[in-house]
Parts: sequence; C-alpha cells; structure tokens
Amino acid sequence: MTKRKFGLALSMVLAASTILGACGADKEETKKGNGGEEKNDFSVAMVTDVGGVDDKSFNQSAWEGIKEFGADNGLEKGDGGIDYLQSKSDADYNTNLNKLVRRDFDLVFGVGYKMQESVEEISKQKQDNKFAIIDSVVDQPNVASVLFKEQEGSYLAGVAAALMTKSKKIGFVGGMESDVIERFEAGFLEGVKAVDPSIKVDVQYAGAFDKAELGKTTANRMYSSGVDIIFHAAGGTGNGVFAEAKELKTKNPDSYVWVIGVDSDQYEEGAVGDTNVTLTSMLKRVDIAVQDLTKLAMEDKFPGGETSVYGLAEDGVALADSRGAIPEDVLAQIDEYAKKIADGDVVVPETVE
Amino acid sequence: MSNRLVNILVPGVSVILGLLVGAVVMMVSGYDPVEGYIALWNGIFGDAYTIGETIRQITPYILAGLAVAFAFRTGLFNIGVEGQLIVGWFAAAYVGITFDELPKMIHLPLAIIAAALAGALWGFIPGLLKAKFKVHEVIVTIMMNYIALHTSNALIRAVSDGGDNTGGINPTASLRSEFLENMTDFSRLHYGILIALAMVLVMWLILEKTTRGFELKAVGLNQHASEYAGMNVNKNIILAMVISGAFAGLAGAMEALGTFGYASVKGGFTGIGFDGIAVALLGANTPLGVIFGATLFGSLKYGATNMPNEAGIPEEIVSIIIAIIIFFVASGYVIRLLLERFSKKKEAK
Repeated sequence: MTKRKFGLALSMVLAASTILGACGADKEETKKGNGGEEKNDFSVAMVTDVGGVDDKSFNQSAWEGIKEFGADNGLEKGDGGIDYLQSKSDADYNTNLNKLVRRDFDLVFGVGYKMQESVEEISKQKQDNKFAIIDSVVDQPNVASVLFKEQEGSYLAGVAAALMTKSKKIGFVGGMESDVIERFEAGFLEGVKAVDPSIKVDVQYAGAFDKAELGKTTANRMYSSGVDIIFHAAGGTGNGVFAEAKELKTKNPDSYVWVIGVDSDQYEEGAVGDTNVTLTSMLKRVDIAVQDLTKLAMEDKFPGGETSVYGLAEDGVALADSRGAIPEDVLAQIDEYAKKIADGDVVVPETVE
Repeated sequence: MSNRLVNILVPGVSVILGLLVGAVVMMVSGYDPVEGYIALWNGIFGDAYTIGETIRQITPYILAGLAVAFAFRTGLFNIGVEGQLIVGWFAAAYVGITFDELPKMIHLPLAIIAAALAGALWGFIPGLLKAKFKVHEVIVTIMMNYIALHTSNALIRAVSDGGDNTGGINPTASLRSEFLENMTDFSRLHYGILIALAMVLVMWLILEKTTRGFELKAVGLNQHASEYAGMNVNKNIILAMVISGAFAGLAGAMEALGTFGYASVKGGFTGIGFDGIAVALLGANTPLGVIFGATLFGSLKYGATNMPNEAGIPEEIVSIIIAIIIFFVASGYVIRLLLERFSKKKEAK
C-alpha cells in the first residue's frame, strides 16, 4: 500500500509541475516575438569547458576577449550582444552550443579541445551558423579553428627557468596528458636544453585540471627534492603549485622558490606579503585570438574551414612582465631567443621526443 | 481528511513549497522568479529539441536508479554505480569501435551486453568480498569507483595511442537514429530510453515474479531469518551486486552508444552514479518509482541549464534552487505529518 501511495505521490509531483509550468508558456512566446526585431548588430557568444568562466585561465581569457569586443562595439550581455554558457559536464557541450545557436548568435565559440566532437557535430547540423573552436581543429566549412604555438611561449619559459635556476633542477607540472599540454612540455624542455643541457627537468602530470590538492603535493615533492622553479600547465591544479610555493616562502622568506604561471598573468596568485613567488607567466592570448576572429566574422571575412595559428610572431604567446623578478641582463637574453623564434631561425618541436 | 486527499496533497504541497522557497532565493539575490521558472519550464518542455534532450538525460538516471534500488532491496548499499557505469561506458565504446564488419543486429546488442558484463564484473567483486569475507560493500564500492575511473582512463589512452578519446563508434553500434533526431530537431535522443524502460520491467519481473527475487528481497529484509529458512545468503548477495552492476553498466552503454558515441578520458566522476542514489530513494526503491525519480531528477537537472541561458540567473543560484526543490520533494513525510496534525486540530474544534 505504501508503495502505491508513493507512486501516486510522485505522479502528482509531475502533474503539479506540468500545471505550474503551463502558466509560463504563453509569456515566453510573446517575449521571443519582441526579441526578433532588435537583432541588427553582430553578436557573439562562447561555451566554456568544465573549468568555468572564472578559471583564471583560457576560459576566462576568452570571455575577456569577447567582453572587450563587446565594449568596442557597444554590445551588452544578453541576446543580440555577447554572452557565455558554462558547462558542468561533458554532456553539456552539445546542448550549450545548441542553445546559443538557437538564440541567433552570429558566432559561437567552443573553448577548449574537449569540445571538438561537439563542435563538429553541431556544425554539421547547423550549417548556416558560424562556429569557432579554440585549441583544436574541426574540419568543417563553417568552423574556424584556433591553435596556439604553446611550445614557443613555453620555450621562453624554459629559457627563463634555466637562466634563473640555482640548483640546476626544474619542475614541470602538467594537467591531463593531451596534445595541447604536450606542446607546453616539449617547448619547455627544449628551452631549458637550449641554455644548459645538464639541467634536470622533473616532469609530472596530475591527471586533472581541477585538483589543486594534487598540484600541491606534487609541488611539495619537487621542491623538497631540490627543484627551485616549477612551470605549471595545469589550470586549477596549478593553483596548488602556487599554494605550496607560497607556504615555503612564508615559512622561510629567504628560500629560493619560484613558479612560472600559465595562460594568463598569474602574478596575483603568487603574492606572499610584500614578496611574490611568480617568476613570470607564459601568456596564451586567447583573448586576442577571439577578438581577431570575431572582427573578421563581423566584416564578412570569417575564415571558415581554416586554422589560424597564433605563435610568438602573431603575439599569440608571450612571457608576462616579471616585475623585477628576472634581472635585466637575463631578460635581454630571453629577448634574443624570442627574436630567433619569431624570425623562424629556431623551430620549437611540438612533441616530446 | 481522507487518506486519498492526503496522498494527493502531500507531493503537491512539497513541490509548491520547494518552488516557493526557490522563488524566495531568487528574489533575495535579485532575480525575477517568474522569469526563472519560465526558463526552467522551457528548458524541460520548451520544444521538441528540449524534450528530446530531457529524455536523453533521464535515460541513464533510470538505469543508475535501478542499480541502486536493486541492491537496496537486498539490503546492500551500492555506492559503486558510478564506477560500474564508467567501466560499462568504456566496454561499450570499445566494442563499438573495434568491430566494424558486423551487422547492426549483432553489433549493437554485443556492445550493450559488453557494457552490462563489465558493470556486472565491477559489482561482482564487492559482492564476493562482502559474501566471503564480510568486507563492507560501501568501502569496496567507493574504492572500485576510483579504480574504474583511472583504469578506464588508462585503457582509453592505450586504445587511442596516447590520445584522450577513443574516437567515434561505428554506426552499427549506435543507439542514435535519424528518425529520432529529425523528430526532435537534432537532439541527442536515442533508443536507449526503450532499453531503460525494458530494464524497469525486468527488475519488476525479477523481484515480484520469481523465486529468486523473493529470496533477494528476503535477504534484504532479514538475513538471519532467510538463512534459517534455508536460503543461501552469500549467493544472493553476490547475485544482487552482479545484477545491480549490470544495470549500472547499461547506464554507461547509454552514454557510450547514445549520448556521446565515444569514451573520453575523464578528470573526475560523471555524477550520474551518485545521483542514482537519490533517484532510487525518491522512487522508494521500486522499479516504477525509479522512473518517476529519474524523470524528476533528470528534467530538473537538464532544465536548470536553461536558467542561466534564458533568465540570466547564475549557475550557483540555480544549483541551490534545484537542490531545494528536490529536498522538499524528498521530505514529503514531514509535510504529511503537518497535514495530519492540521486536520486533527480541525476535527477537535
């Protein structure tokens, strides 16, 4: 009997929600009708991966690019302007992309290589819409792909680390193993080798982009084994690397520990009282790429089916201002390496040999 | 107040209360509750596409809920549905990409059975440990989740030569259909829902119509009495975990062969297995109840993603509102108690 009661109870829940929802349906239709007339300007939106829009990394950078585009063109957040949707799981990529397409955004970005399959699938279904994907390639006529030469920026980070290390031991903490993160690792190793092949680089992968505690223990192991500079390419996991370095610096202000940040300028992450553990950051200018592409699309020059690659020469990657952590003479040496790469004299490998 | 009236009132009142408290949360944080709930409604039933996606979301919830409920009926707490789902996901995807000359009639069932077997194996181990060595299944299943996550990640890398995705399954193993896609404006609705509903029937048949099912339930109600009555308790425990695991593995097959069409390296759990616990409890561990639990859970979860989209309400507040609604539905007992007290007072007057 109790079972039957429960079944009835639940069916009533559904019925109740149906009735409640029905009240709302008509209003929505009128709203949609009004929205149609406003659409006369170029609109752009993006879908984040599971990192979310405030990941202090490439999702955030992409959104900042879109916001800047919006400010330049007088666009507001919302329909017909700029907007973003966050994905909570891999299953949300398709639906989020679709939602934005249905809201008539002229260009929809999928941010992150994990969205490749979803962008491919949706772009095939909605062939009149324009899409773009960051960090991956989708070979469809209505999709523009954006890749970065992370290896070039990481090469400079490697050079900086090799010139600054005292213990001749450097660490690299990666997020999940993938083509993108491998480019970081390969460039970094190559940069260190270019300065001093005898320097040992300890390479560790955390297996996740959102596990700060894992980053912290990995950093702890590295620092206690004598490593003095760690470069992380691990998103949120990298915040743990900063936490560990800051802890060491707090315990002993004279300790020589540094972190090289990634994607955006992570100077603020490394602040400890008056000092800072951030040596520099390897900038990946997703914001610049997003703005470039959006402008092209607005001018009807959308590079559909093409892949744009942003390297040092295109200002797509760079080292952030070290704010005095790296002395002038070292900076001059780094600039020399940068010039060689930009001129094409040095070609940095994309994969670890 | 008559019994029937109470039965109708309780869930109605709990949902309305949940919606009201959710509305207060939205108002306090400066958002329009009416707009928010319209967005929620449109996110669930707005058009053919959202209905398709809602059903797509409900499908694995039904199977995960069945897995938890089935173990519960035998007195076992299977927290390992998540892990069983992940191995099922990989197994189905693996079969889906490996064989490419098979006809659909063989390939698709093969992939589905592989997922069920993988999940069953993942349930068998905790069942065996529980039956033979009295190791508590909660501990073992939790640990098996981690083993499943990282083993499947390693296997995906091995299968894809170091990549992070197995690549798409062959169409002969896919649950998707052009018919359903066209009907729902390219939603990812797939035939898995039929499998899920069939499994509801299977669970009901096992529990209510077979001697074995009677034994399983008896073990759940009182182990010692069942043993005294001559039932093999250990065998029933293992069997319950195996069947539970098979349901969970099928949930993984839904993701592999329907929603995604591939398996990719995961940084963390999918959450479907854990939500399955709530689904089973909302459904009072009965097969039919699980359908309702999964429908409620799946529609709210999927519909909620439309609230930031249409009404501009931040993700965090949406999560709170959905949690409140589910909380009120689950605590229907309290409302029943209040209603009874209320009616008694009236009678006294």
